[in-house]
Amino acid sequence: MHAIVHNLIHIAVVLIAPPLLVGVINKVKAFFAGRTGPPLLQPYYDIIKLFQKGSVISETTTWVFLAGPPIALSTAILVSLLIPAAGSAAPISFEGDLILAAYLLGLGRFFTALAAMDTGSSFEGMGASREVTFACLAEPAFFLGLATTAKLTGSLSLSGMFGPELASHWSSAGASLALVFVGWFIVALAENSRIPFDDPNTHLELTMIHEVMVLDHGGPALGMILYGASIKLFVFAALLVRLATPIATRLPIVDWLIFGVGILGVAALIGVIESATARLRLSHIPVLLVAACLLCGFGLILLAR
Amino acid sequence: MAEWLDPLLILALALNFGALGVSRIRAVVNVVAAQGILLGVLPLFLHGGIGIRGFLLVATTVGLKGFGIPALLLHAMREVEIRHEVNPVIGFMSSLLLGAVGTGLAIVFARTLPLAPEHANTLIVPASLATVWTGFLMLTLRRKAIMQVLGYLLLENGVFIFGLLALEATPFLVEVGVLLDLFTGVFVMGIIIHHISREFSSTSMDRLSELKE
Amino acid sequence: MGVDAHPAGWFMSISLVLWGAATVGLSGVPGLFSSAERMSGQRLGAILAVLGCALGTAGVVEYWRSGATASIVAPWRIPEGEFAVELDGLSAFFLVPVFLIPLLGSIYGLEYWKQTERRRNGRKLRLFYGISTAAMALLVVARNGLLFLAAWETMALSAYFLVTTEDDDPEAREAGWIYLVSAHFSTLCLFAMFGLMRATTGSFAMESIGSGAITPGMKGMIFALALVGFGLKAGLAPLHVWLPGAHAIAPSHVSALMSGVILKMGVYGFIRTATLLPSVSVGWGAVVLAAGAISGIVGVVYAIGQHDLKRLLAYHSVENIGIIYMGIGLALIGRSIGRFDCVVLGLGGALLHVWNHAIFKSLLFLSAGSTIRATHTREIDRLGGLLKATPATGACFLAGSAAICGLPPLNGFISELLIYLGLFRISTGERAASFAPAAAGAAALATIGALAAACFVKAFAAVFLGSPRSHEGSHAREAPAAMLIPMIILVCMCFMIGLAPVSVAAPLDRATDRWIGAAVRDRGRLLDFAPLDRVGAAAIALFVVASIVGTLLVYRVKRTASRASTWGCGYVNATPRMQYTASSFASPLVGLFARMYRIRTVRPEVSPVFPRRASFESETSDLVLDGVVLPVFRFTAWVFSFARLTQRGSIQAYLFYILIFLLILLAWR
Repeated sequence: MHAIVHNLIHIAVVLIAPPLLVGVINKVKAFFAGRTGPPLLQPYYDIIKLFQKGSVISETTTWVFLAGPPIALSTAILVSLLIPAAGSAAPISFEGDLILAAYLLGLGRFFTALAAMDTGSSFEGMGASREVTFACLAEPAFFLGLATTAKLTGSLSLSGMFGPELASHWSSAGASLALVFVGWFIVALAENSRIPFDDPNTHLELTMIHEVMVLDHGGPALGMILYGASIKLFVFAALLVRLATPIATRLPIVDWLIFGVGILGVAALIGVIESATARLRLSHIPVLLVAACLLCGFGLILLAR
Repeated sequence: MAEWLDPLLILALALNFGALGVSRIRAVVNVVAAQGILLGVLPLFLHGGIGIRGFLLVATTVGLKGFGIPALLLHAMREVEIRHEVNPVIGFMSSLLLGAVGTGLAIVFARTLPLAPEHANTLIVPASLATVWTGFLMLTLRRKAIMQVLGYLLLENGVFIFGLLALEATPFLVEVGVLLDLFTGVFVMGIIIHHISREFSSTSMDRLSELKE
Repeated sequence: MGVDAHPAGWFMSISLVLWGAATVGLSGVPGLFSSAERMSGQRLGAILAVLGCALGTAGVVEYWRSGATASIVAPWRIPEGEFAVELDGLSAFFLVPVFLIPLLGSIYGLEYWKQTERRRNGRKLRLFYGISTAAMALLVVARNGLLFLAAWETMALSAYFLVTTEDDDPEAREAGWIYLVSAHFSTLCLFAMFGLMRATTGSFAMESIGSGAITPGMKGMIFALALVGFGLKAGLAPLHVWLPGAHAIAPSHVSALMSGVILKMGVYGFIRTATLLPSVSVGWGAVVLAAGAISGIVGVVYAIGQHDLKRLLAYHSVENIGIIYMGIGLALIGRSIGRFDCVVLGLGGALLHVWNHAIFKSLLFLSAGSTIRATHTREIDRLGGLLKATPATGACFLAGSAAICGLPPLNGFISELLIYLGLFRISTGERAASFAPAAAGAAALATIGALAAACFVKAFAAVFLGSPRSHEGSHAREAPAAMLIPMIILVCMCFMIGLAPVSVAAPLDRATDRWIGAAVRDRGRLLDFAPLDRVGAAAIALFVVASIVGTLLVYRVKRTASRASTWGCGYVNATPRMQYTASSFASPLVGLFARMYRIRTVRPEVSPVFPRRASFESETSDLVLDGVVLPVFRFTAWVFSFARLTQRGSIQAYLFYILIFLLILLAWR
């Protein structure tokens, strides 16, 4: 009974909360820029509005163009059901679900890139090319981080790896976990196309990676993409929060509170970084991603000592 | 206090990677300065008290490595008007990877050394070896003379970490002497950089090969 | 053949397999006697091939049903040789692709390589297609070293004739030569290996060698020879030099056979040898794991740089063989440190990847063949927009692409999942010696997966999406049914293994029985270590969610959408030539791995005011082949050119040589 309630809350949270993160990031950025900024719930309004609009579809496209957004969204939703949120296990949890989660995100990326290429536009081609290139460098960092937590907890499911078992290791292997946290934070910024990798706020053609890929999508399709992207951001934020605070108290309400505050904290941190730093030159991005790999790998090597 | 030693050394290692992966010389100077300060305060975290002599050493090291030498280098940079390492011998990513391989090997190698039990489980020896390796990489893979000075500084930092093992045994005068040597070395290099740039209108070390005849 | 000598009779699984192999082997013969102008010979051949493959498959099914290992031993005239064949789990597992791919390939060939259109070489191709299949079937069941080598050599030679089907093409002849040289180097290693095994056991029978019966040095030598000899055939980098050329130049259903099945014979040989040898040290396991990881990364990195669709696919074979070897390396490590679960997962993943690779790589080669047939070019950057003209071929290629990238819910994901699970399990263990290679292996596998996805976004998008870039691409027509049906069957298999992975657990357990041994087997089966049921359920869930969301979108869009041209950011006169090309798409990745290629670019000189016509060219070539192997061969040829000094052309000189030689022999003590 308890588990069912927990799972229902989990599903509700991962389906409803994600756009709020984007709102928080924008609010923080507005604060640093001395503006009032859009309302906190603006991302919700945007998505709802987009779902009500019509769309224009390019003549060069085929069904692949339409398949991109739904696949990206549904993979993001499935992944959000695999990651642990507060205290207890995720709704879907089994040995090896970490690999399924990583590859589901890969599937979403694969089809988003294909949908971009389907328009025949050079801009979108560039975006797709960069997205898949940087994924090649972010992926090993992510897996090295996973190997670190798996090694510490001896578990091969996300719920176990980021469960209470991990908390006891913060004192003994804190340095490793801190390195993984930093590495993963870089990966999260890259995967979600945030500054310093990509600026989601510039004019569409001028952004380098994600936004330029979805240039030709409009209406409900764009709404799906925005919603899916916010879920993906939520997923990475949740992983970071669970990595930093893998605790479970007896009281579910306290757990959810900690989790919520943590998620908002990550969003605020991203907002601060976006306000304080500029976008990197494209040629420097691989260096930063390799650095993320090294941080995670280094965290792992320290465990072998 | 001693449990803070390893995290600080890991931070020092992370700074090594920073020094290898960045092309802006000002940023590298800052990274090396930060590492200098970090290493300067490390004796405070060692086992047991360090006494007045130690505090003096900490103050001198931090002052010199964290502020004195960097200020000198930044001055030299302004003088010769260079800001970027434009054309390194091998790319930044490859040097990062080389640094990582070296660090990994240092950790493996340190496990085979016959160390005193109180040092065997700390990162002192691997961090020292890895920092020396990074310094060598900077010395060999960068073309700008000022980057080579920074590589030399990293090398010295590595030696300094190794010195932590024998902090109790080393006389104060030796430590200060080493620091003084370092300062003189950097000072002389600063003058040399200045002259190279005036003579060749470039601070690339490649131009020095014209003198080989 | 001595089949009747055995009491079990004709319907025993092994006899069915042998009869099937014989039928397929002879399937090309009727064609030799029928007119080159007509299709009748090819039709009869295809019927025979299908019949033979069906017989063979029936034998495998009969084995799985009965569960009894069946063997036939008959005398053979070759000294020390013996016609010993046996069907066990491992052989049965490998027989499935051996019979499946030729079956589909023969049907495909009915339209793709029509006798009426290919009068010069159609009959030759079909003859050797059948013989190579029969040789592989025999190879997999052979239990005598000499019989194995005979089958091996037959397979290698008939594959040579398949590669050089179009022997009037100099490119084909060159690829054939390189293949022939490396195939014989491989055979040489195997001769040495079987020789050493005979020196240990006293006979050529392929039987398990007890750990007491062999010295560590001998074991290491046999293992190293197996790694090189079988690795050459499998195309393990850096021994892959023959592979890209041969696969690119051969007709597509031959490429499918070579990549899907012939390479796997190297894998089979290696696994069989490892089964016969007692446990090797952790170091050897780590070497195999590292070799696999290197092969995986090298293969996919080279694939990204290719402009030729079939060369690209060929390099992906190098990558996938690498993944298979990673699984084997994991199993070897697991066996030597006594981690039974890792043996089950590693070997299971490697074997399943053998099946999967046979399925999706054949699918990709067949759909590439159908594309080439429609457009007459293999150049990726000349194609584009083919999904509109050839929707079924395009959909098949897309399914194959997603499968080869290991994306759920297709079959590639399942085998990679097993290998990942094994790697993670070992890396959570205590021992540092096995922990480091395993963790590095997991990271390498992740990189390989992401790189493969990048490469197939490039390949699929450049060929099938956007609009046609050239005249050839805009006049394409869909392939006929005889070509589409084999492809569709393969797509269904990709989905079947991906959505119901539990179904492959039983054959996999059978196949790993020998390696693991009965005593340990009782501790658990594949399903005890891999949550295949959950993964299957998740894949189905993905399917359901995606279809719901997709239907929602299509429902909304269909009512409201209007059509317009692609947004050109203000530029209104965009042409198909302005699309992002495959080369541009790949260039960031090629730049990242620039040190691994030999990149040749021809840049135009653009004069500032009135630029003339200019062209830009870039080519990436193989560092191992063009940088190491060919220079070494050229140097060797140069060294031996001095031997020509003795070639005088006069009979007196040659008699004088004989005299000198006799004197030397006399002086020899």
